[in-house]
Amino acid sequence: MKNVYLDHAATSPMHPRVIDRMMAVMKDEYGNPSSIHSYGRASRHVLDESRAMMARSIGALSNEIIFTSGGTESDNTALIGIARAYQHQGKHIITTEIEHHAVLHTCQFLEKSGFEVTYLPVNEEGLVSVEELRLALRDDTILVSIMFGNNEVGTIQPIQQIGELLQNHPAFFHTDAVQAYGLVKIDVNELHVDLLSVSAHKINGPKGIGFLYIRDGIKHQPHLYGGEQERKRRAGTESVPAIAGFAEAVTIAQSTIVEKNELYVSYKKVILDIFNDAGVDYIVNGSSESSLPHVLNISFPGTNVESMLVNLDLAGIAVSSGSACTAGSIDPSHVLVSMFDKDSERTKNSIRFSFGLNNSEQDVRQAAHETVKIINRLLK
Amino acid sequence: MNKAPKDTRVVVGMSGGVDSSVAALLLKKQGYDVVGIFMKNWDDTDENGVCTATDDYNDVIAVCNQIGIPYYAVNFEKQYWDKVFTYFLEEYKAGRTPNPDVMCNKEIKFKAFLEHAVSLGADYLATGHYAQVAYRDGEYKMLRGIDENKDQTYFLNQLTQSQLEKVMFPLGHIDKKEVREIAKEAGLATATKKDSTGICFIGERNFKDFLSNYLPAQPGNMETLDGKVMGKHEGLMYHTIGQRHGLGIGGSGEPWFAVGKDLKRNILYVGQGFENDVLYSDSLKAVNMSWVAEHAPAAEFSCTAKFRYRQTDSKVDVKVLENGDVEVIFAEPVRAITPGQAVVFYDGDVCLGGGTIDEVFKNNEKLTYVG
Repeated sequence: MKNVYLDHAATSPMHPRVIDRMMAVMKDEYGNPSSIHSYGRASRHVLDESRAMMARSIGALSNEIIFTSGGTESDNTALIGIARAYQHQGKHIITTEIEHHAVLHTCQFLEKSGFEVTYLPVNEEGLVSVEELRLALRDDTILVSIMFGNNEVGTIQPIQQIGELLQNHPAFFHTDAVQAYGLVKIDVNELHVDLLSVSAHKINGPKGIGFLYIRDGIKHQPHLYGGEQERKRRAGTESVPAIAGFAEAVTIAQSTIVEKNELYVSYKKVILDIFNDAGVDYIVNGSSESSLPHVLNISFPGTNVESMLVNLDLAGIAVSSGSACTAGSIDPSHVLVSMFDKDSERTKNSIRFSFGLNNSEQDVRQAAHETVKIINRLLK
Repeated sequence: MNKAPKDTRVVVGMSGGVDSSVAALLLKKQGYDVVGIFMKNWDDTDENGVCTATDDYNDVIAVCNQIGIPYYAVNFEKQYWDKVFTYFLEEYKAGRTPNPDVMCNKEIKFKAFLEHAVSLGADYLATGHYAQVAYRDGEYKMLRGIDENKDQTYFLNQLTQSQLEKVMFPLGHIDKKEVREIAKEAGLATATKKDSTGICFIGERNFKDFLSNYLPAQPGNMETLDGKVMGKHEGLMYHTIGQRHGLGIGGSGEPWFAVGKDLKRNILYVGQGFENDVLYSDSLKAVNMSWVAEHAPAAEFSCTAKFRYRQTDSKVDVKVLENGDVEVIFAEPVRAITPGQAVVFYDGDVCLGGGTIDEVFKNNEKLTYVG
């Protein structure tokens, strides 16, 4: 039986068109975009076109897009860059307990540097309360960072409501949209988002590239110094092939949002129908109303995640849980701990299926049937 | 089980050391469906905040990729704490010298880990222990490893039939030198890695510093058995009967050794001379007995025994008491029998089982000073 990859939220395969585009740019556009000669201009053209494509995809302007090495650098740049540039106005930051570690660990770093961070809790569905955010805001709050769609359970936060709330407060609004981008329509002006992180490899683009949107006019202190690339906000020769591939991935992702949503939601149903038919005991983690279409996080009472993941892998099904942790062993996910409770069984028996490019309904069925087989064996 | 090797799944417990690496390699060469699993039993970070298990796990990854087998990790920190570390501390509190390796094999490696392996569809669990399993006369026997110097049956003495039927020890029939050679020849990442020493969760650290994090050290007097005060000790738990290390008693004559403990008075008894008569005993009582065959060979029988790891065997007579405990009478007096350590019985190369040394006797009198 063939192997099935259902871990697209971890990373995704590159789209063939992305690879073709990158190959072409690697072969032909090798000039340094900062050079004055024809080779440099050709690369610069690729860079500018790509940047314009990224900007359009979120309703932004080209000069509001900074290319980075990916989601982690975008999050770090957003948080540290704003904190440093605006620390004279205040040293308070608000985020949530369910952010990606690229945000959480950056916040911990900032706490050590004298900033104060409020970590908002979430409810059982993984949703932040806008009211709690309102109460947490202080005069010295300079930044609010709340992720768009959660990578582990898929819950989509009320980004627009948060953006509107912050219209009446000087704090900037950053959202880590790494998992949501390409599956949810995003317009930074409608949502009133000031900074937004995106990564290419989650949307069938290459690894090692991403962007950070920073609304025009917001000051920001860089943390890479060198050449004048990215309008002095991020030094270093641009990875033009990766950026070109990223742009291609964005083009494809943006044009397929509707069909992907329909398809992945149908896959969720296929899996749950198979579990229902087999009489498997399960609980879906996350929000039933507001969720990323491609992420399905399920708790299986009586099982344990370490055994489930290994069994599924040995059966050729690649899925995951929270973050793989120290020395390969699996720590309870901080997201599930925040949603439920440290001692809840659901933090120890939940796994994540995530769909993407090349997954057929047949694949999804195979994964669900293997899961049923394993659960029946483990619980017998 | 008569499955072909390729249909036989063997989970190998991999520590990141050369022994388990070679165990996995040998099984893979024999055509088994081999899966490598690293156990994380202890949560510890170094001065840079890096988990100390990470380097070992990285070695497991490197070796498994070289061999071409899948690898995973499993976390037994909670079970290890509850079943092994708690016991370890309790024994020290009781003035005894625990053997966490025996307990780890009994409760973790060949219980929790074995169950985990079975849950992954494994037919067998293999480890890099130097011991052998043989099926003879309708039951599983545990035999010493061929390499006498490395034989680890002492630590495995609590294993019984239900475990041995699912266990493989691929290194039991080869010696350590050959294991190193196999690793080198295959170019395994762990071929020249130094063997780990000491208790796994303490690692290379100072034992005293480690223990003092968990048990308050209670300094007291060192006395001879006839009551002469010879100085101070920093805590009874830092001393093992028969050892001279760390007493710090100077003066003329033969070196001084720990010969016993009085927990109530917090006294460490010391005596002069390695061969000091008070260190010798002629029988013991052992508890928590476990027999490999799941029953004692007879109510009374003669065999050989080890009272600590890497000791040569002593001839003994064993008498099984009604409650399952045993009385062990030595053919010759034995030095420094230590309560809390294991006594393990052998019939030739066959390990019969073992238990925990509880009381020590000489001339039918309990040596109250050793615990």
